[in-house]
Amino acid sequence: MKKFIYLDHAATTPVHSRVLEAMLPFFTERFCNPSAVYTVAQESRKAVDGARKTVADILGCVPRDVIFTSGGSESDNMAIKGGALALKESGNHIITSAIEHHAVTESCHFMEKLGFEVTYLPVDRYGVARLDALEKAINQRTVLVSIMTANNEVGTIQPVAEISRIVKNHPAGRGRTIIFHTDAVQAAGSLDINVDRLGVDMLSLSSHKFYGPKGVGVFYLRRNTPFISWQNGGSQERNRRAGTENVSGIIGTGVALQLAEENREHYVRHCTRLRDRLIEGIMSAIQDVHLTGHPTERLPNNVSFCFEYVEGESILLSLDFAGIAASSGSACTSASIEPSGVLLAMGVPVQVAHGSLRMTLGTDNTDEDIDYVLSTLAGIVERLRSISPLARKSAHV
Amino acid sequence: MAATNKVYLDNGATTRVLPEVLEAMLPYFGEVYGNPSSLHDWGEEAKDAMEESRGKVAELLNANAEEIVFTSTGTESNNLAVKGIASAYKDKGKHIVISAIEHFSVMHSARTLSKEGFTVTTVPVDKDGLVDPDAIAGAIQKDTVLVSIMHANGEIGTIQPLKEIAAVTKKAGVLLHTDAVASAGNIPTDVKDLGVDALSLASNQFYGPKGVAALWVRKGVRFLPLFDGGIQEGGRRAGTDNVPGIVGMGKAAEIAKKDMSLNGERLIPLRDRLINGLTAKIERTILTGHPTRRLPGHASFCVEFIEGEAMLMMLNMHGVAASSGSACTSKALKASHVLLALGIDHALAQGSLVFTIGLENTIEDIDHVLEVFPAVVDRLRQMSPLYDKYLKARQGVK
Repeated sequence: MKKFIYLDHAATTPVHSRVLEAMLPFFTERFCNPSAVYTVAQESRKAVDGARKTVADILGCVPRDVIFTSGGSESDNMAIKGGALALKESGNHIITSAIEHHAVTESCHFMEKLGFEVTYLPVDRYGVARLDALEKAINQRTVLVSIMTANNEVGTIQPVAEISRIVKNHPAGRGRTIIFHTDAVQAAGSLDINVDRLGVDMLSLSSHKFYGPKGVGVFYLRRNTPFISWQNGGSQERNRRAGTENVSGIIGTGVALQLAEENREHYVRHCTRLRDRLIEGIMSAIQDVHLTGHPTERLPNNVSFCFEYVEGESILLSLDFAGIAASSGSACTSASIEPSGVLLAMGVPVQVAHGSLRMTLGTDNTDEDIDYVLSTLAGIVERLRSISPLARKSAHV
Repeated sequence: MAATNKVYLDNGATTRVLPEVLEAMLPYFGEVYGNPSSLHDWGEEAKDAMEESRGKVAELLNANAEEIVFTSTGTESNNLAVKGIASAYKDKGKHIVISAIEHFSVMHSARTLSKEGFTVTTVPVDKDGLVDPDAIAGAIQKDTVLVSIMHANGEIGTIQPLKEIAAVTKKAGVLLHTDAVASAGNIPTDVKDLGVDALSLASNQFYGPKGVAALWVRKGVRFLPLFDGGIQEGGRRAGTDNVPGIVGMGKAAEIAKKDMSLNGERLIPLRDRLINGLTAKIERTILTGHPTRRLPGHASFCVEFIEGEAMLMMLNMHGVAASSGSACTSKALKASHVLLALGIDHALAQGSLVFTIGLENTIEDIDHVLEVFPAVVDRLRQMSPLYDKYLKARQGVK
């Protein structure tokens, strides 16, 4: 019987049955536009407000600071563009890291075209942003700092609270605002995302990364943080994000985040155990393989490796054939043949970076799944290496 | 009477998702949940479903599938079109033309562009809400890069002479975008026939889910993305695709195309029954928008001496859900810019009421409104100092 083992939870997760159940009435029964004034529409409004309250409670903020968007990429775009533009009178310098998600990096590139200067902070070999470099990079023109909570490719967790302290206490920021944003898309459900403990002014979430629906995200905007709306139109979301609310998606997000938070301890324990089994199993069974990302400060569900002498794509295809879904990095750029910028920034040589493989665990994965992967992967790598000219050459050396 | 809103006449704000549409979406939440950008089977399966939907949306527009960009809302589509196209051509010129009755998403996008150095010409409309194609011709300058005129207006139902406007823009060599959010799926929106270069549509306006919409842009027309990031939607819109939403939109588009002419035949008599009945039963009430060139289910009025909000509340108590204009602005108590553009004065514009009839509505629904509404108006007018003044003046004349 063909196996179906899904190990690409960082790309997306299945919608939890209780989430879908909560969403269903809002398609066909309680379908009204929450901006309307009549009773049934006000019920939709109340449901949206309820979801907003749930999300706010988990983020540790007031409900009005929670803005629902169409996803993590939209939230990241809103943060970088909407925040920096609102402060353009005060400065034109943005700081981010070299390993951010493309939604942040590309938004920064967009700002460069508008005359902003962007510093891409280096990271150490584990993918941790260099805090000494941050300290030095902040200057009188710095208006926004965006550092992700945890990396989507290698799972490394950033010291966000410490970064916040550096940003907020820096002498160059005295008497004016430097916005601190974090892309927490991969962190929700795994890490504490309390905005005060993290010390962030803006934070991005994506519902489908924590067993919620695709097409809906969260943008947290701390009160009084300068911000220019990026989508113009109606007065939804207190004039900060125009467009008819995705009611069912918002309801699903509230339930999904609530479930993720309730189950967080169990989830972390479950995934960490499987993760470590998988990492140890691969390290002991396969030669010339490098764990990428931080050995301990990493997301509980992230297993990422570089295999020397093979292409990540080839491993993926073989795994897919064996019924295992994995990834070579970010799903958002998986059609690209370029090696991952994240790996290169960590100092992984180009040749090695081509052999990247990411397996991201989820609540439904089991020990049997890990056994199966371990029994399959070594053979795949061995076979691919046997036909690789690189491997042969290296063997002769 | 308990407010259960048995009679839903606000289909212009949003429509109920059809059971077939929801059924088509269901597998894509928890079963076929892959990220369509992923290379494995899970992703492929989701991608196939998404591309099939793209084809169905394209068919609704008589367009090519690769010209469809999925977005999250009609508002996003309009922002993407207006800002994205204008910005892509800003080296050619920095002037755009819109009408006075555009949706806020177009108007405010134009306002954002004006802050970036663009100039915006707003062409007026006549008393029925029609844009004069000659006025567009007159507004186009050497540096005009984009004209954005809505296909049909959500507040007054008027359908624009888009083909004639397209003839003008084509002759002038200027791109034409149309906000077809209120019309697509309800009346024909064949982009080849209309002659437009870009068109926005939203799934929740034709019995598909909220949170998903699309922008069609003719091949060869450039536009800058609104969201940067991953390379989804051919690099035109970053962000993980809303697969179940897109599948739902595709199904809704397929059904809309199949049933469109029948739906029109059913809705127009209901609409006209409501329009004729209300204007006959209630004095000092005007139909807003064009009497015939209007959306099939759209009946909009201004009732003199009273406020739209008050009428809505009273109708709500009679189980009727209606609107006083655009849902996007229903919190704003200002008179509608659309009604003012028709030449309706501020006082009369306050009495705005919009009924948008949908596929579920029956003749009984219409008769229910015709039965309860005159009493609603009577009661509110009795409390209205304006009406009192009017009565006294009328008696004085006698």
